[in-house]
Amino acid sequence: MKDRLTEELLAMRAAQEIRPGDYCNLGIGLPQLCASHVPAGAIVQSENGALGYGPLVGPDDVEKMDLDFIDAGGSFFTPAPGMAFFDMSTSFTMIRSGRLMSFLGGLQVSEKGDLAIHSLSDTDEFPQIGGSMDLAWGAKRLVILMTHNTSDGKSKVVKELTLPVSARKCVDLIITDLAVIEVTSGGLALMECTPGWTSEEIQEQTEAPLKVADDVKEMEF
Amino acid sequence: MSEICTADEAMARVHDGDMIAAHNWGISGSPGYLFRALVERGVKDLTLCIPNLIPLPEGFVERGLTDPTILIPQLKKIISPFFGARGIMSRFSEAFFDTLAKEGRLEIEASAHGSLMERLHAGAMGLGGVYSPVGVDTIVEEGKEKRTIDGVDYIFERPLRPDVGLVKADKADTLGNLVYRGSARGANPVIAMASKYTIVEVFDVVEPGVLEPEMIVTPGVFVDCVVRIPDEDVYSEKRRPELMQLLAEVMLARGVQSEAADIEGGEE
Repeated sequence: MKDRLTEELLAMRAAQEIRPGDYCNLGIGLPQLCASHVPAGAIVQSENGALGYGPLVGPDDVEKMDLDFIDAGGSFFTPAPGMAFFDMSTSFTMIRSGRLMSFLGGLQVSEKGDLAIHSLSDTDEFPQIGGSMDLAWGAKRLVILMTHNTSDGKSKVVKELTLPVSARKCVDLIITDLAVIEVTSGGLALMECTPGWTSEEIQEQTEAPLKVADDVKEMEF
Repeated sequence: MSEICTADEAMARVHDGDMIAAHNWGISGSPGYLFRALVERGVKDLTLCIPNLIPLPEGFVERGLTDPTILIPQLKKIISPFFGARGIMSRFSEAFFDTLAKEGRLEIEASAHGSLMERLHAGAMGLGGVYSPVGVDTIVEEGKEKRTIDGVDYIFERPLRPDVGLVKADKADTLGNLVYRGSARGANPVIAMASKYTIVEVFDVVEPGVLEPEMIVTPGVFVDCVVRIPDEDVYSEKRRPELMQLLAEVMLARGVQSEAADIEGGEE
């Protein structure tokens, strides 16, 4: 069995998509790990109402924790010069205004860029939508970070979604533990492969057809 | 003009069948002191409109802290984008919600975070609702009017005008002007504006003129009743370090950084 990317490496590769000056929302799960790799000059937004805050506090750094400085995932952040607080209406105005890049986790992405992110409970009574639909619809550029396959080996990059839709035609880029895939009007383009993997091997793990880019390359960190 | 009163006095304004709105994103900014008073008031058939329903981890409830799930026995309907945090120890498991819903005792309405805010905002402004592009082609659009405006598809979202808003702010003056602290602001200012009767819990009440006019986020016109959390209460400002210590202990024991690790899931 070949090695796939660790979560940390996946986050490092994904963070390269953020440029100084970008405003970026980092969703819960894998995207949160990007926080420590965001380049200087980029500004992170949290949908509960904070912009431009400092690094997260480690779990054993109790004296630095402030009950009123939490991000959307409930992690404590440190203050930073120039940060701003606002109410949730303003926050989602920012999100829908198309000014933010958005990094979200994902359960499935289709070749058209449709996204399924919120899972349902067994009875389908309790969709865990949160802010994911707003973030997916409103993002200036939407990057999905996920494992390439489910724990039982099924492809998460699919022809058509089989899970409930969060938003249609919204994904721009998919970064998995195997590949970097761009969603184009002509389908999915394989841009980068995880070191040690060939494009054929990645296609074998992927339900949707991938067009291999002319300049396909090995991922760098 | 806002009244300064006790939580019990304020709760006399809540009646059976009312729609209640409150903020929740973990402990910070969520009116736990008022939740407790609402339980004591004992009203029923309430509709709760809330951004998240996040149960507190074990160890908090024993110390007199509450979360919005404590209200569940008094509810007939919940309007919320997010229920519980999967896998987090809770008094009310997801299975408990499922059972209640299956038996028809609890109606659930899912609404995206941003849409919920604008429904409240519309209610506050006296508007008849909003057309939102969020949720088109998803479970959220079921039963709603769809309309294409300038080539973009929208779904119609009805306004929300809660009977009572339970708000948490940092400080109030005696006129009801409010200031918030950090990310505790959340949905509180929107709820204060949208509700027909707004009750606020604060750490401190000061004289007019003490709060800088430019720093006031919610003007007193939106506030009906201000409740100062008593110093001896676990929710008081005085006892906040204790709360922080408890939270840190729970987090260390769990070995994770997050109070609500899987909001907006994505990861199974």
